[in-house]
Amino acid sequence: MREIAESSTLLIILAIIASLVLSGVLILFADEAFRTALPYFFSRPADTFHAMADALGTAYKAIWQGAIYNGGAATFAAKIAPFMATLTAATPLIFAGLGIGIGFRAGMFNIGAQGQLLIGATLGAMVGFMWHLPFPLHLILAVVGCALGGAVWGFIPGILKARTGAHEVIVTIMLNYIALNLVGYLLSLEAFQRPGSDNPQSPAVDVNAQYPKLFGDQYSLSLAFVLALVAAVFTWWLMERSTLGFQFRAVGANPSAARTAGMKVPRVTVIVMVVAGAMSGLAASAQILGTQTSLTTGIAGSIGFDAITVALLGASRPFGIVLAAILFGGLKAAGPTLQVNAGLPIDIVLVIQSLIVLFIAAPPLIRFLFRLPTPRIVKEVTA
Amino acid sequence: MKLELRGITKRFGDFTANDSIDLVIESGTVHALLGENGAGKSTLMNVLFGLYDPDGGEILIDDKPVDFDGPGDAMAAGIAMVHQHFMLVHPFTVAENVMLGHEQVKGPFRLLNIDSAREKVREISARFGFNVDPDAVVADLSVGAQQRVEIIKALSQRAEVLILDEPTAVLTPQETDELLEIVRQLRASGTAIVLITHKLREVQAIADTITVIRRGKVVGTAEPTASQEQLASLMVGRAVLMKVDKKQATPGEVMLTVEDLTVIDDIGVVHLNDVSFEVRAGEIFAIAGVQGNGQTELTEALLGGVVPKAGKAVLDGKQITGLTISEVLESGIGFVPEDRTEDGLVSAFTIANNIILDQYNKAPYSKRGALQPSVIEEAANTAVEQFDIRTTSIFLTAGSLSGGNQQKVVLARELSRPLKLLIASNPTRGLDVGSIEFVHKRIIQERDGGAAVIIVSSELDEVVALADRIAVMYHGQIVGIVPPDTSRDTLGLMMAGAHTMEDAA
Repeated sequence: MREIAESSTLLIILAIIASLVLSGVLILFADEAFRTALPYFFSRPADTFHAMADALGTAYKAIWQGAIYNGGAATFAAKIAPFMATLTAATPLIFAGLGIGIGFRAGMFNIGAQGQLLIGATLGAMVGFMWHLPFPLHLILAVVGCALGGAVWGFIPGILKARTGAHEVIVTIMLNYIALNLVGYLLSLEAFQRPGSDNPQSPAVDVNAQYPKLFGDQYSLSLAFVLALVAAVFTWWLMERSTLGFQFRAVGANPSAARTAGMKVPRVTVIVMVVAGAMSGLAASAQILGTQTSLTTGIAGSIGFDAITVALLGASRPFGIVLAAILFGGLKAAGPTLQVNAGLPIDIVLVIQSLIVLFIAAPPLIRFLFRLPTPRIVKEVTA
Repeated sequence: MKLELRGITKRFGDFTANDSIDLVIESGTVHALLGENGAGKSTLMNVLFGLYDPDGGEILIDDKPVDFDGPGDAMAAGIAMVHQHFMLVHPFTVAENVMLGHEQVKGPFRLLNIDSAREKVREISARFGFNVDPDAVVADLSVGAQQRVEIIKALSQRAEVLILDEPTAVLTPQETDELLEIVRQLRASGTAIVLITHKLREVQAIADTITVIRRGKVVGTAEPTASQEQLASLMVGRAVLMKVDKKQATPGEVMLTVEDLTVIDDIGVVHLNDVSFEVRAGEIFAIAGVQGNGQTELTEALLGGVVPKAGKAVLDGKQITGLTISEVLESGIGFVPEDRTEDGLVSAFTIANNIILDQYNKAPYSKRGALQPSVIEEAANTAVEQFDIRTTSIFLTAGSLSGGNQQKVVLARELSRPLKLLIASNPTRGLDVGSIEFVHKRIIQERDGGAAVIIVSSELDEVVALADRIAVMYHGQIVGIVPPDTSRDTLGLMMAGAHTMEDAA
């Protein structure tokens, strides 16, 4: 597990390449023109190649246009809109990915980001629409509410593991279900519904509690993105420079040695889960106080699970997680364009994401594909 | 059968583990392969056993070149290996283990023919006087008996060459003697035996031919009559002092008092039964005994890792039982755990971080929750220099170091602060002669500096060399506390449970 969570940069890049190539093949077979031309390959090979180039060109162009830069748009502002959308989609993934990455490095496999997001969003939403306060204060309290909600939902598996040894994977998975149904139940209460509606949707949070947009209303990119970058820098400091992070890493790498050195392993376990939960809660804030503004059971989307992939892809390192989140944000942003411009099913994005994970989870496969040597442990020459 | 290795070379990247090694092994002889840890002995045997492909050279059996593609081929050619860590399935019986990989079936339903395996075990056991019950479950057997099962396994495949990798590392002195007797019998019956070891006493006792390997090369052969000093200096490449050079101890005040310490685990097993002793400042109190007789629980109880059911330990007037591990360390105890890779080091951490593993939250290594990288770096560099840790950088992982250097990292950490008491469990296990010498020297320095020292060791050589007083543990109790000049035989019998010195004599 640890090996996967901290794979080398080279392996990750190769995994991305391998998955893009393999999904290219899938794109080809999803393309009508290519499928028509293929049977005539030997009589008219040019047709096949033409269809091939066409299909791949359209697909990759759609990804580029949907995620980074739309050259066809009228104004510069519109041209860079896709990239803004990418960063917006990346924001919650950065937060949640950081939380999961911290867990990985401390030896905790936290599958519960989804539940932590939901509870964080719920608490943040309550602060957001139940209270009415002036601008910076209301936002700050709502953000704190999100973090607190996530932290509480992280604390539960943490304390259970520390006290009873209950495995965090099982507990967090179950807590995801509990959180989802808890939110569903709350939304059925009158206090959580919009006046005059019985849809399972809360009132919108006050504008004062929402993240201000960074470049005006033309883009949805908000202050949350800046906060996510700050969180990444903070996480780096926490893990690499603080005594607390030193304990996290020691417990993650060798709990027996950490214990013998006087560290309190159960206590560290709880703190790690609280910090990870708070990060997931902040991811929820990017949704509830940013792009969504009202609580639904779908508020967390698949962020909590995508974030696991992001953390793996980022090798549990803050900088890597930011890059991985932007990659995934880009794929997400490109989805609609792929569907409209290239006529591809939106699921192809999911396939690409899944292939990346698959390749990362199987380092020997990548080594085999690219004929890399097997890693070996070279011992220092004994004196 | 004659087995010959000719010019075997094995490289890992830039590192040459075996550099054109020649070796001839003949039937009915014991060939000792002597070398420090990391000298390349195990690599060579793994090549011979078909686990590694050599980069050069060839293996010949009766002058015909052979090519082993895996242990299966080697075994088919009559070569068997008893690994340092036994390859036995614990819940299986002896017969089942012996049958493993060569299962015979009988009847129309192809049922396992356990009877033939049983018979085989009985036959071999009787031939060599092993006294092993084919129906005993391996998990219930003593380490020595498990080793005999491994040997039976090898012999049941009609091995003509038997490789024993550090076979005595886990045995009591009596078990070691028994093993050497078995080796003599095997030799008499025509088996060729390769004995991989760094223990000079055994080599002298049994070897017919001695090949010494250093840094992947054969540096010489020696006669069994060679002195320990000669063998050691061949092995290390310089003159080695075999006797620990220490002055008479000058014990001071009582530093540690242990009273009626009792440790009982959750399922009611008594690991430590009413143990009492005192250790004075400036003396080395060695605790001898076969592993698993309560030594681990004793050190854990002193460290604060397990809570004793009864009794207490008092360090310099202050009770330490009931404190947390960090409080115990804080109170002036240095702790060298018996399993350094498991408890002593975080292998994935840098050497620098391992040097501060239990000091990370103290000044000057951290300030207000923030680590101070430059201070840590400086401390690590000093430690590397003072403790002669052989590495190119303090930023390499501790896991990249050899065992000896890893142990120096642990020692450097524990001895870097003023200590009232040093507890070291098997401080030189698996280390080479050079490192052992160094570790012993530092421990004696600590004693002479006025600290009380507890050494827990299952190696009699070490106990005798270091101790000012020796306590022998058996079944969770101290069976006696004796002076260091007590004879090895007496100590050995005490380790086997003889209660008083009269019993032992």
